[in-house]
Amino acid sequence: MNKVRDNKAWFLVLPVFILVAFSAIVPIMTVVNYSVQDIFDQNTAYFVGAEWYKEMLRNTHLRESLVRQFTFSFSVLAIEVPLGILVALMMPTKGRMASVALILVAIPLLIPWNVVGTIWQIFSRADIGLFGYTLNSIGIDYNYTSDTTAAWFTVLLMDVWHWTPLIALLCYSGLRAIPEAFYQAARIDRASKWAVFRHIQLPRLKSVLVIGVLLRFMDSFMIYTEPFVLTGGGPGNSTTFLSQALTKMAIGQFDLGPAAAFSLIYYLIVLLVCYVFFSAIKQLGKAK
Amino acid sequence: MAEIHLKSLAHSYSSNPKSEADYAIREMNHVWEQGGAYALLGPSGCGKSTLLNIISGLLSPSNGQVLFDGVEMNNIPPEKRNIAQVFQFPVVYDSMTVFDNLAFPLRNMKIPEAKVLSRVNEIAHVLELTELLNKKASNLTADEKQKISMGRGLVRSDVSAILFDEPLTVIDPHLKWKLRRKLKQIHEQFNITMVYVTHDQLEASTFADKIAVMYGGQIVQFGTPRELFERPNHAFVGYFIGSPGMNLIEVKLESQGVKFNNTHVDLSDELNQLLAKMGSTNIKIGIRPEFIHVWDKPNEGAFSCELVHVEDLGTYKILTLTLDGQQIKVRLDEDRLVPKGNVFVSFPEQWLKVYVDEFLIEAQEAEGEGKDKNTQQKPVNKEHTL
Repeated sequence: MNKVRDNKAWFLVLPVFILVAFSAIVPIMTVVNYSVQDIFDQNTAYFVGAEWYKEMLRNTHLRESLVRQFTFSFSVLAIEVPLGILVALMMPTKGRMASVALILVAIPLLIPWNVVGTIWQIFSRADIGLFGYTLNSIGIDYNYTSDTTAAWFTVLLMDVWHWTPLIALLCYSGLRAIPEAFYQAARIDRASKWAVFRHIQLPRLKSVLVIGVLLRFMDSFMIYTEPFVLTGGGPGNSTTFLSQALTKMAIGQFDLGPAAAFSLIYYLIVLLVCYVFFSAIKQLGKAK
Repeated sequence: MAEIHLKSLAHSYSSNPKSEADYAIREMNHVWEQGGAYALLGPSGCGKSTLLNIISGLLSPSNGQVLFDGVEMNNIPPEKRNIAQVFQFPVVYDSMTVFDNLAFPLRNMKIPEAKVLSRVNEIAHVLELTELLNKKASNLTADEKQKISMGRGLVRSDVSAILFDEPLTVIDPHLKWKLRRKLKQIHEQFNITMVYVTHDQLEASTFADKIAVMYGGQIVQFGTPRELFERPNHAFVGYFIGSPGMNLIEVKLESQGVKFNNTHVDLSDELNQLLAKMGSTNIKIGIRPEFIHVWDKPNEGAFSCELVHVEDLGTYKILTLTLDGQQIKVRLDEDRLVPKGNVFVSFPEQWLKVYVDEFLIEAQEAEGEGKDKNTQQKPVNKEHTL
């Protein structure tokens, strides 16, 4: 076959190239540039090679944040996905109650993230918060500012409250897309409720769940605002997740070089985990 | 095994029906006998699917009773009725293999796995699905999927009736024929009552022994394909069955017959008396294009028509004529020459039907006579007429 050589085609790619360059490539290259230098001030910087990367990988503080981050993200997925499916299954499908339920479920998604943090910060306070006060008055010793378990519990609860609706809404739309004939056929086949869920609803929720799990993983892996407002990463460092550790380093201590190296590692981890997720789910689909 | 009896059944989707128009099914009495192959034929929106869902229990009728072998079923849910239903769009459980799909109803009934295995294999063999048993059901073609939905009904040994809701809609034309034959074969083999909903008269008449034609929420006629063709009980049946349908002409009553515009059509004395007694102004005469007699020459008593259009369909021709401002269609065998200029036609008395308020009326004696004549008539070739 004769290949037609027409270099003009490259011009057509140019707009996309420029757009991607400014939105992704240039910022990332800036960070790469920082990550290989030791920067003292605007005019004083030394090339240090892979030094910062080596140091970051050895940094126990960051390693602990990473472990915390994975624990948080997987806990969040383990709670929110089943709960979201359950909520979607229970939501009414017809009539006025359907719209009322939709609005009620969507409310947490509409609240700005720092406000979510503030709401839970006040709500959970042992002295004036309804939630915290109630727990304490029924005899449970609960104080999220001093107790690690309580802090974790509150952060998780807040995220579940904030983001389960996303999974629920995705699943709700997925469930609505199942033709009535499937349920009718299942009734005639004498399928139990569980069998209907297992063999009709769940398989047909797969595609929305893939999106839901990916979104929730990425978002929870990069969580910053809500725990920052709620616990400020404490008590101690017990709820300091990766992004917060990174911010402390880059802005608090102005360690631009290490912070840049660290953010690239962070980015690669997110990319890697998403890739693993995605291929695993795709493989699951192929096996069928 | 079941005989399905619909007793003064009516259904309305509105909770507070006021007039007849609010009813999707108007009050009807009907019996589907055990082991019959029936078709429920009618245009979209005439209530056929509603009726089917009432029989299977997916819908609960607002009035009347559904009886299986004399036992009232109104409050029995579909899963407790011994009925299978095949839907317009094939329903298969995507995540399962073909085998698991077929085994699903049996496993839901907690039948021992050894029995499931033998039963599924048996049905798969009948439906020619044996080679697909280990495949995922999601990757199959529409006709294979439809066979699976049918198979899920057949595996249950307790099934006494299978209801089909336009099952061939999404099937490729060349496979429709095969699947229809399969249905017929299964019907003969299993002695199961089958009710087949369709809007396609060809499908209905090849599948069913008897066809119920539905129109406006009512069964307007229940009979063999030939009865529907030769003696349509309702003007709609005449119009709907046959290709092209019956010529229906609105007429006014006058002495010795009826007339439209300036054309007079003779009727028998009995019919005339009957019409005069009924006193309705909604009178139509109907005659099938196949039964209009075309003369080669002008003839006394024949009507002279203008030729408008000729459609040559290979084995026969369809002439469109204008008779005194009224369009009629006539079917002419292929060996007949198309007359030039004016065409002379007459309406043989035994094929000329009279409809008052849309329903057929026949003189008592004339009816008996008509039937005799029908049987003497050479059989009408179904393939051609439908």
